[in-house]
Amino acid sequence: MTRADVRKTYKLYLGGAFPRSESGRSYAVEDAKGRFWAHASRASRKDARDAVVAARKAFDGWSGRTAYNRGQVVYRVAEVLESRRDQFEAELRTAEGITASRARTYVDAAIDRLVWYAGWSDKLAQVVGGANPVSGPYLNHSAPEPTGVVAVLAPAGPLLGLVSVVAPVIATGNTCVVVASQPHPLTAITLGEVMATSDVPAGVVNVLTGPQDEIAPWLASHMDVDAIDLTGVEDPEAARNLEIAAADNLKRVRRPAAEDWLATPGLDRMTDFLETKTVWHPMGL
Amino acid sequence: MTPTDAPADLAAAAPAPLLDATSSDAALRRFLHGLPGVDQVGAEQRAAGLGTRSIKAASKAYAVDLAISMVDLTTLEGSDTRGKVRALSAKAQRPDPTDPTCPATAAVCVYPDMVPHAVDALRGSGVHVASVATAFPSGRAALDVKLADTRDAVEAGADEIDMVIDRGAFLTGRYLDVHDEIVAVKEACALPNGQSAHLKVILETGELQTYDNVRRASWLAMMAGAHFIKTSTGKVQPAATLPVTLVMLEAVRDYRLATGQQVGVKPAGGIRTTKDAVKHLVMVNEVAGPDWLDPDWFRFGASSLLDDLLMQRTKLTTGRYSGPDYVTMD
Repeated sequence: MTRADVRKTYKLYLGGAFPRSESGRSYAVEDAKGRFWAHASRASRKDARDAVVAARKAFDGWSGRTAYNRGQVVYRVAEVLESRRDQFEAELRTAEGITASRARTYVDAAIDRLVWYAGWSDKLAQVVGGANPVSGPYLNHSAPEPTGVVAVLAPAGPLLGLVSVVAPVIATGNTCVVVASQPHPLTAITLGEVMATSDVPAGVVNVLTGPQDEIAPWLASHMDVDAIDLTGVEDPEAARNLEIAAADNLKRVRRPAAEDWLATPGLDRMTDFLETKTVWHPMGL
Repeated sequence: MTPTDAPADLAAAAPAPLLDATSSDAALRRFLHGLPGVDQVGAEQRAAGLGTRSIKAASKAYAVDLAISMVDLTTLEGSDTRGKVRALSAKAQRPDPTDPTCPATAAVCVYPDMVPHAVDALRGSGVHVASVATAFPSGRAALDVKLADTRDAVEAGADEIDMVIDRGAFLTGRYLDVHDEIVAVKEACALPNGQSAHLKVILETGELQTYDNVRRASWLAMMAGAHFIKTSTGKVQPAATLPVTLVMLEAVRDYRLATGQQVGVKPAGGIRTTKDAVKHLVMVNEVAGPDWLDPDWFRFGASSLLDDLLMQRTKLTTGRYSGPDYVTMD
């Protein structure tokens, strides 16, 4: 007797759990050759709302951890990803139709990217903060702090692109709501499984799959979202409209730009989502 | 049994058709145990079914405003201060200071010693001052202490009193004691001008064990002259659940059919989201009837619920999601 395949139901990753979309909708995802691959959840604005609530709830705990500990957790994500590299290589080949060696390059780069940002977690403050010289009897110093809940519109790269936009946001203590690439949502959910099993607290990363043009405006105008990363928005007109919607509560906005995901990133993906706290302290006794 | 004209103020305790039932402990027990039992599975399924109704757009806006006007904005903490009560009173009058069309809440609910501050802050606003009394939340004190507690709150200017029943007496079957205590507290609610502070009777359903007991306690409180029956103190888990509120709504509906007197219902504790509140309103309409869709006959005992209602209201009026930064979380 032949065995029936056990197929995975790809759902959302929200508040540490994997629920279906509140709307009950789904959409078909195709592989690189245009054949049906699987169904993904088609998230609605209410899923986005729930994700923001989950991210906000997780923010105090996550931002309150020591930078050292956050670095350990991000490193742990890299460890778990390393142990599942075969699965990710296979998914990338199906999704993008690339060769095995190319897929390996992307998975390696994604793991290395996580380790790179994990290392920055407890070093960034020394680089972008520090003591300021002032003309008075004060000690004056500045320290970077996470801005809060960041909405991330992920780029098309199913794994490397996604990791490259999520890791810098969480390494500094923000929590995020990620709208995965619409044509490549499945790897994002598999990455959610990695997050869920690697000590990332529930709600720190929330992954929504579905139409970006339907979900993004709600996140851009949401008054409880502190920043938005528009990297994955391809249409300049849509990016402009999202930026306008984001202005209502003065969100930090990162505009889309062409990026080479294999190149070593700069610090800007981290510093874009930080606030600077400056403290004046009287010196001496 | 024929419905009689309901007097505005329910001076007499039990109305004529039920007077016999309260004549002795045995008669009262016979009556309460003669009430039909609650079908537990049926009640829970009915409550869950009503909870799935979809309320959208204009109906939702109506429900949100109605729910805001039904909130008894509550602070019952040992750490309450005069300042907190004043802040809460300001919020009760203008829940959304940026929007004059937002209705005021029904009342502010505080401990008796905080009543003067609430009365001060709410004078002339139309928002009622409710006070818990009778050794809230446990109710474990001598009767004269409970009555003094009640008179104290009424003299300080509370126009609504939330009393707790003696659950110990109820669970051991001393129904007449519970009944007489409610009647005594109601007398203590009398004002010098001949009127009376409204009496809400807290059943503390989380301690009553069964739905049958909830139904019996509801009838007992109504026969003793309660203006409102209230689920919980908010200090015991579980607090207000949909099936419990369903049983109480059935009780007030049946009581009006039997006696012509309308009694209000107040679920309290554990209602935190707009969705919960709307589910309750759907149930009020479907079980008790639209007559109860009024702040005079249905209230929510809550504090954080108001914040969620305001955020939903902002979402409906501005078309974008609001956040906790824009309401006064307290």
